[in-house]
Amino acid sequence: MNIVVCISSVPDTTSKINFTENGSKFDSSGIQFVINPYDEFGLTKAMMLKEKAGGNVRVITVGDALVEPVMRKALAIGADSAIRINANPTDSYFTANEIAIYLKENPADLIIAGRESIDYNSGAVGGMIAEILNLPFVNACNGLEIDGNSAKLCREIEGGKENLSASLPLVIGGQKGLVEESDLRIPNMRGIMQARSKPLMVIEPSSDENLTSSESFEKPAEKSACKLVEIGNEAELVRLLQEEAKVI
Amino acid sequence: MDFKTNENQKMIADMIQQFGKQNITPFVREWDDTQTFPVEVFKKLGELGLMGVLVPTEYGGSAFSYTEYVTAIEQLSILDPSIGLSMAAHNSLCTGHILQFGNEQQKQKWLPKLATAEWIGAWGLTEHNTGSDAGGMSTTAVKDGDEWVINGAKNFITHAISGDIAVVIVRTGEKGDSHGMTTFVVEKGTPGFTSGKKEDKLGMRASETAELVFDNCRVSEENILGNVGDGFIQAMKVLDGGRISIAALGLGIAKGAYQAALQYSKERHQFGQAISKFQAIAFKLADMATEIEAAELLIYNAADKKNRGERMTLEGAMAKYYSSEVAVKVATDAVQVLGGYGYTKDFPVERFYRDSKLCTIGEGTSEIQKLVISKQIIG
Repeated sequence: MNIVVCISSVPDTTSKINFTENGSKFDSSGIQFVINPYDEFGLTKAMMLKEKAGGNVRVITVGDALVEPVMRKALAIGADSAIRINANPTDSYFTANEIAIYLKENPADLIIAGRESIDYNSGAVGGMIAEILNLPFVNACNGLEIDGNSAKLCREIEGGKENLSASLPLVIGGQKGLVEESDLRIPNMRGIMQARSKPLMVIEPSSDENLTSSESFEKPAEKSACKLVEIGNEAELVRLLQEEAKVI
Repeated sequence: MDFKTNENQKMIADMIQQFGKQNITPFVREWDDTQTFPVEVFKKLGELGLMGVLVPTEYGGSAFSYTEYVTAIEQLSILDPSIGLSMAAHNSLCTGHILQFGNEQQKQKWLPKLATAEWIGAWGLTEHNTGSDAGGMSTTAVKDGDEWVINGAKNFITHAISGDIAVVIVRTGEKGDSHGMTTFVVEKGTPGFTSGKKEDKLGMRASETAELVFDNCRVSEENILGNVGDGFIQAMKVLDGGRISIAALGLGIAKGAYQAALQYSKERHQFGQAISKFQAIAFKLADMATEIEAAELLIYNAADKKNRGERMTLEGAMAKYYSSEVAVKVATDAVQVLGGYGYTKDFPVERFYRDSKLCTIGEGTSEIQKLVISKQIIG
């Protein structure tokens, strides 16, 4: 089976997020980049499917040369090859369109994106790829079994889950459940060494079309200071909850 | 020379931190208290490829250079210096000796098992009465037909009990003759080969140290590494590279202690401010950071020479000497920064303090390093 996993390079979850140039640009200085956690579940699932049924796992991203360490980590974890579309994407459509153009030329049986990337949270790339390629799409996918040409899938819905079936080729937006956290793989020394010699192909983007562009970013307001109420002053606590916090 | 951390080093550091979070950090205190050498963790580190870092891939190793090797030992030692020490002994002494001086058949026989930690390796030079003066060793091997018969004991040997294989240097000629010693590989289970008393140590308590005992132990001629009489010269070369290991171990200890002290000094408030704002503490931290940086540069300089295959006796000894002394000093100061808490086992610095002392003693004391350095510079 031919699998393509879409990888997004995102700030580590413990990063302090800042913006520069009057809130119009993300400040990447001092930020550690990692594989988007939803994508890592997908990559691990892809490795498992390959180990079971054979095939090939490619990882793809749209980004500049700075995202290569994250792609090499994906190779160290076990992907066979990597593709980087050399552009700085500014919206989901651009990313999805570029990946779809690549996939038209180099098709896959299964395309795994994350349900969303943990930086911009738009959660749209997987669905857009499926739309452009006219393929079925299941988002928030937390279970996948493949038997020949057909797939049984599980999707998180409000308050429960939905079981679905579809046929390949197929696009999913993966998340935890596809595999568990304990299944995630630490790249070993051999993997790190091999990652250097696995192909990391750089291709130029086909278009520069963005459908949206961001104007500025805002951070949430700083939390106000904690108010401590002395023991014996419960009436004041009730008043604060009622009048200031307005929760009772 | 470019000392910028390369991408491999970053990935290796990430890998060790990720592995350590689940498999090492929660157990460090217990292993230290109970003097447990965690064999299973050691094997898992082998699966990650950390037990054959320098071994070529055809023998099952990871085929990295000394640069990445330094990072691996340093990062493990930040988590637990005992594990760092065990890793160093396994990689550079036992495995390293076979890699450097074994013939093709011997390498194929032993390296794949060692590089994956399927087998744990020990290395024996020191004896009860001969430490730095290894030339005066009394353990002997006498030829008897196609075999050699070894008698004697090796002391302070890492993995003497849990090890599956030992590389030992023993006397085959006259005392004091630098060509009177030979290296043998002895596998566990060989009749007459046993281990003795386990040492109860000040620090590095999760790294096993014990005695190797040979009582009419018969070993085949095929188990000799290199030629008869080459043992001492080989051992000196192995120790040249080994110094980088202990230097990296010291660097990890210093970094671990420094990070703990830095964090604590920012959190601990006295007289209305964080204690890091007091010059007495701030200057200590400045010294620590500077000395760590200097130690690191000396180590990468020695590693760089080693990677190029150049002679690095001087640079290795300097790195080992300086880094070890820095480890002790930084760990001592870290205890001071943490004050009363630093003296308790609830914080890691007291362990770094105890563990650090090994560095100025093991694989050649600081005094021996100074002897090596002075010989090199005076001629």
